[in-house]
Amino acid sequence: MKPNFCVNIDKLRLKNPVIVASGTFGYAEEFKDIVDLKKLGGIVSKTITLNPRKGNPPPRTCETPAGMLNSIGLENPGVKVFLKEKLPVLKKIGVPIIVSIASESGPEEFVSLAKQLDKIACIAAIELNISCPNVSRLAGVPVSRCADKLISQDADSTYALVNAVRKVTKKTLITKLSPNITDITEIASAAQTAGSNAVSLINTIAAMSIDIEKKSFKIASGVAGLSGPAIKPIAVRMVWEVYQKIKIPIIGMGGIMNTADAIEFFLAGSSAIAIGTANFINPGINVEIIDGIKKYMIKNKIKGLKNLTGGLII
Amino acid sequence: MIFQIKAKVFENIRVAQEYYKIILFCPAIAESAKPGQFVNIKVSDTIEPFLRRPFSIHQAGNQYPETKNRIEILYAAVGIGTQLLAQKKPGEFLDIIGPLGNGFNYMDSKQKATRQILVAGGMGVAPLLFFAKRYPLNGMILIGTKTKNQILCEKDFEKLGLDVKIATDDGSRGFKGRVTELLKNVLRTTQYARRTMIYACGPHPMLQEISRISKKYNIQAQISLEEHMCCGVGACLGCVIETKQGYKRVCKEGPIFNAQEIIWGKNTL
Repeated sequence: MKPNFCVNIDKLRLKNPVIVASGTFGYAEEFKDIVDLKKLGGIVSKTITLNPRKGNPPPRTCETPAGMLNSIGLENPGVKVFLKEKLPVLKKIGVPIIVSIASESGPEEFVSLAKQLDKIACIAAIELNISCPNVSRLAGVPVSRCADKLISQDADSTYALVNAVRKVTKKTLITKLSPNITDITEIASAAQTAGSNAVSLINTIAAMSIDIEKKSFKIASGVAGLSGPAIKPIAVRMVWEVYQKIKIPIIGMGGIMNTADAIEFFLAGSSAIAIGTANFINPGINVEIIDGIKKYMIKNKIKGLKNLTGGLII
Repeated sequence: MIFQIKAKVFENIRVAQEYYKIILFCPAIAESAKPGQFVNIKVSDTIEPFLRRPFSIHQAGNQYPETKNRIEILYAAVGIGTQLLAQKKPGEFLDIIGPLGNGFNYMDSKQKATRQILVAGGMGVAPLLFFAKRYPLNGMILIGTKTKNQILCEKDFEKLGLDVKIATDDGSRGFKGRVTELLKNVLRTTQYARRTMIYACGPHPMLQEISRISKKYNIQAQISLEEHMCCGVGACLGCVIETKQGYKRVCKEGPIFNAQEIIWGKNTL
């Protein structure tokens, strides 16, 4: 038996359900020597903004129990350089390219970016990063020093943003959600109503580490995003909650380190999954998980991914 | 070319106090590694500690029979990661990624200098021995430690014909005081202040002081920096350092930088 391993999310066709999460795989070229990139289901590029962004001051990362903190602050070369230098390399790989975008100024920047990307055939989908915990809507101000909310912390803002972008592009839209909220299903519903074709969750969890010798933050920006296996149970719970509420596909992520972790996300309601932090520890893990899911499906006589998604028995 | 390899542990021995040397069998990395480059090692089979650990390559390659197909790492077992590494037995395997980073620039030295001063703070001898073994040098190495028991590789450098000078904080061997004070003495009292290239590896305060000294004497210095790292291949942008040309990745554009390009601040390690 050969299980059906394809996933269709609107016009996005994935040959397998394993993609790499934004910000954890650079622009893919960094891994070309050690990962068989052609085998990936899809690649989500590091988030880009309209203008180049310097990012947050170092130190930007630290290790924590079963995970890590990061506060990169969306460092990126801006859309112009991305299109000229990074996209041609990504295109050559031959797997669907999902471009993650964010704004430094407001919803208009998302719209402007989406308009530019809409014209480019090799971009398979756009991911709206409205949930980065390390920047605020105010340009360059770390969220720790700013009371401003993220777009994905407010259902009305999420609706307005997705709706505005929807009007300017026919590309598949994926909205990336923040776990730093009381009820994530409200935000997922707002994204769906506004015309998002899928939601991806979860982004990192706002967190903090303190150096007790220096009595200072371990990360320069103070608040940072927690990722890794430490957040996996939270992510699985949120996927399951969202799955009860919405009809559009879910791309599940948060601390997936191996096949068993990935299967949990499918059973909770994911149609596809993304590998993030695990890329840093074992860059080849994507390919191992692709094979592992296939084996699990064969062993359990599961015909297609549709039969695995939301297969949790309650 | 970068490789991810399950490398067999050949030997893992204590060389002094908390200092260890591990020898790994990994022909692909050994052949292509350049002095100043590093490897990113998964020290545990579990998720604790979570991230890989970067180590500069101490010796490698086929230039000498004892390092054929092998790389050596010199490390201090001082944290959870390095203490786990110290427990690895011959025959066990370690998942390593490398060679990573840019490495020292020797051509620069050939074109712009006639002498080299190597400056090592503690473990800083690790990449400098690889460098001294690979290239013909005309110069000296200054090794600084807290006390005499921590001096590493002194004889190895002597064998290579380098003039070895020691500085200890407690004065138990050689010059009493910081290795950077010893460097200033050397520059003041010898021909070394002219047409010299400094190659340095050690703690950041030492490297910062070397930047200052090299600027004052108008000589060039290549320094090996450290930062917290995650991916090691330039993807995560976690290990950046501020330079005159903006943030640069220590794992990719570094770890070797021209001392004058670094903007030293409270955010450097």
